[in-house]
Order: sequence, then C-alpha cells, then structure tokens
Amino acid sequence: MKDRPAQPADIDGNPVTPGLPMAMLAEITHRCPLACPYCSNPVELVRAGAEISAEDWGRVFRQAADLGVLQVHISGGEPGARRDLAQIVANARDAGLYVNLITSGIGITEARLRELDDAGVDHVQLSLQGIRPDMADRISGHPGSWDKKMAFAEWVTRIGFPLTINAVVHRQNMERLPEMLDLAERLGARRIEVATVQFHGWADLNRDALMPTREQAAFARKIVNEGRLRLRGRMVIDYVPADHHAVYPKACMGGWGSTGLNVGPDGTVLPCHAAQSIPWMRFENVQDRSLSDIWHLSDSFNAFRGTAWMPEPCQSCERKNVDFGGCRCQAMALAGDARATDPVCSLSPLHAGVVEAAEASAAATTDSLVYRRMSRSD
Amino acid sequence: MTPLIAPADIPYLPRGVRLQRDRVRDITVLQAPERAMRLDAVGEAILSELDGIRSMASIAAALAARYDAPEAQISADMRDFLTGLIERRMVFVKGAP
Repeated sequence: MKDRPAQPADIDGNPVTPGLPMAMLAEITHRCPLACPYCSNPVELVRAGAEISAEDWGRVFRQAADLGVLQVHISGGEPGARRDLAQIVANARDAGLYVNLITSGIGITEARLRELDDAGVDHVQLSLQGIRPDMADRISGHPGSWDKKMAFAEWVTRIGFPLTINAVVHRQNMERLPEMLDLAERLGARRIEVATVQFHGWADLNRDALMPTREQAAFARKIVNEGRLRLRGRMVIDYVPADHHAVYPKACMGGWGSTGLNVGPDGTVLPCHAAQSIPWMRFENVQDRSLSDIWHLSDSFNAFRGTAWMPEPCQSCERKNVDFGGCRCQAMALAGDARATDPVCSLSPLHAGVVEAAEASAAATTDSLVYRRMSRSD
Repeated sequence: MTPLIAPADIPYLPRGVRLQRDRVRDITVLQAPERAMRLDAVGEAILSELDGIRSMASIAAALAARYDAPEAQISADMRDFLTGLIERRMVFVKGAP
C-alpha cells in the first residue's frame, strides 16, 4: 500500500490548492546597530548564536528556486551585521535568484560594498529615518547614522547599483515627505518606498508617539499623487498608506501563503514577517523539513489559504479575492482573533472602535519612543 | 499616455534589470528591483532586441521584417510597451550618439 500524499487543508479542514511563491524575504540576522521604534522584527528577537550558516542559506535558496521563487530580499536586522553576508549573497545568485539587499547602510564600508557587488547583489534598498541628521539619529537611536547613510548612498550610486530609498512615515515626520522625495531624487534613487508605520510588534508599543492624524494621511496621499505625476519616468513611488484611516484593509502578502514566504535568522519559515504574533500558530524550520514541504503541506501556510475559512462579512463580500479579509496579524492584534475580519475594514463590526483608538493615539501629545532592543533575559 | 521615447532614442535595460528564464513556470520574466514581470511572446521579442546600440526605429524595422508585420504597427506597440517600462524605470533611454 502506498502512502497517499496529505491533502492540504485550511484551518477548518477545507481543501486548498497551494500556488507557487515568487519572492522570499530572508531575515538573515536580527542584530542591528539601529533601534528604530517601529522595527518590523518580532518583539522576541533571535540571538546571534541561533543563526543558521551561510551554507544552510545556500541550501534554502536552492530549494526556494526549485519551488518557483524568483527574487530574494536579503534583510535583517541589519544584514551587514553578518560577516559572511557576501557568501550568503553569492549562494543566492548561484541558486539563480535576483538579489535585493535591504540595509540600513550602517556597518558596510565602501570596500565591503564592492565585495557585495562582486558577489552579485542586483539592487540595494537603503532605509532613511529622516531628512536631516537630528531626526534621523533620534528615530534610529544611533548618533551619526545620518552621515554614514549619506556616504553609503554615494558609494551605491558610484558602484552603479540601482538604489531604492525606504522611507517609513509616521506622525513625527509626515510633513517632511516632500523633502524626502527631493532627497531620494538627489541621491539618484530609481525608486522610493514610502511606507506608513504598520502598528504591530514594536510599532504598537509606540502607537501614541507615531500614529498619524487623518489630516496627515490625506496630506501624504496628495504628495504621493502629485509626486508620481511630476517624477514620471524619473523615479517610481511605491506607497503603503495608513490603513487605520482606510475604507478597506490592505491585501496582506497578496493573500496568505499565495506568493511570498519569510525565513528568519534561525531558519523558521513564516507566511509573513509578523506571523509569530499569532500565539497559537506553530511554525516549521528549514533545518527539519524541506521548504517545498513547508510551503505545500504545513498547517501554518495552509491555515488561511483560499477563501473558505473566512467569516462573515468577508465570506459574502465581493472583495474577498481582492483583499483576502485583510491582515491576519492585524486581526490578531486588534480583534484578539487571527480568523476575524481585519478590524481596519469599514465592514468589520469592530471598525468604529479601531478608528476611535487610532484617533486617540493620533491626538496623543507624547513624542517619547520605546526603542527596539534585545531582551536582557540571559 | 504621453510617450517617453522617440523613434531615434536608444532603449536599453539598465543595471539591475535582466531577462531570465523561469524554469519552474516555463516562461520568461523581466527581473528588476522588487519586481518580476511575466512577459508574453511579443514583450520577450522586443526586450531581447535591446542592445544599447540600435534605436527604437531600427529595432522596429528589424522586427517588422522578421515577423512580416506592418512597421507602423510594431513601432506604435513598441512605443507604448516601452513607455510603460520607462515609467517603472525598468527600461532606460539614451539619445542617438
């Protein structure tokens, strides 16, 4: 008798059909010289001793390419905190992947950047925390970060890498968005990603200091729309709006387990970078199981695939294949239930409370920040 | 859509943008910063011709001869297709030397 392959099923046992992933986020370390108060890493950070080796990453990249992944985003923490970053990059290119390097620019010298060029980095994304030294250094919690970043941007364009600027916007800097666009253009960026802080994890600890006002969200939208017209053919603007002020939720990950996956520093595989905020969900590790098995067969990836698991009002909503019920981690954070309709959706029964809480946070007068750091528990 | 390329301009794929065979899906994709774009046969035929030497007009003439198609139609299709990619900064343009 042959073993029958397990039929993938969602959280309620409905059969699902996994597609193929296009992109993988490789968070190769959680170590970082910066301490941004909205860091997207989990609040429980992985320590250096638990990081998987460059050789392990090579195996993961080959498995990812076999699975259909075309691009890898090598990120962290700060990926430059790993001395073997160039080897990791070379392993990704050997596997046939397009390599995006997502960096703070801190701790990578010009000589090292040239090594990364030789190793095959295709594209560099540099994060900026402000348009001037005072704001940049305060938000990043790293004195001198601004000067280092400006030098780094110059090396990037001197070597010839395509450059994207990553700018996270929030209440304390949203008025500076026009100047941020100017700065990105001056630095020679082909693209800028303007992302409003997503209030999970570290950022949620700083809601009262970072939540934008409704007026700021409208201002940012206007600046982005004008900028796209003015900069057409010169610089691309990608924009993640403030979803607490939106009518419908964002289509997180383009649908759970549909096009992307995330591998953490210790080899844990996640359907999205914030998935560990769902406390009951169990995740698998590339040290124990192949990426293909994890993608196709694991409970975590199958849990919210398809649409059969959706509750009302999502189940009968015509947008269920547009925004997929929104963000599972946000449902967890705001409704206390990862299966719920994302409460930022105007159709959610919890929506009025979300808006009220967002407006209360936006009206808060505090500017003081809780910075990201490793716990001191051991 | 205002065109972002004229017939005498030379279109090219800048650093960080390349054509790649997707062996899993058995298609050709255009790889670019944070984007992998599926190409149809026409898109692949056009982008495979970009050599950084010939102008759009000269490539259109070559494609018209090869596929026995009206050159005016190919020029118009190329102009629109490349304008879309120039907007996304996936194709760059330089003037004639």
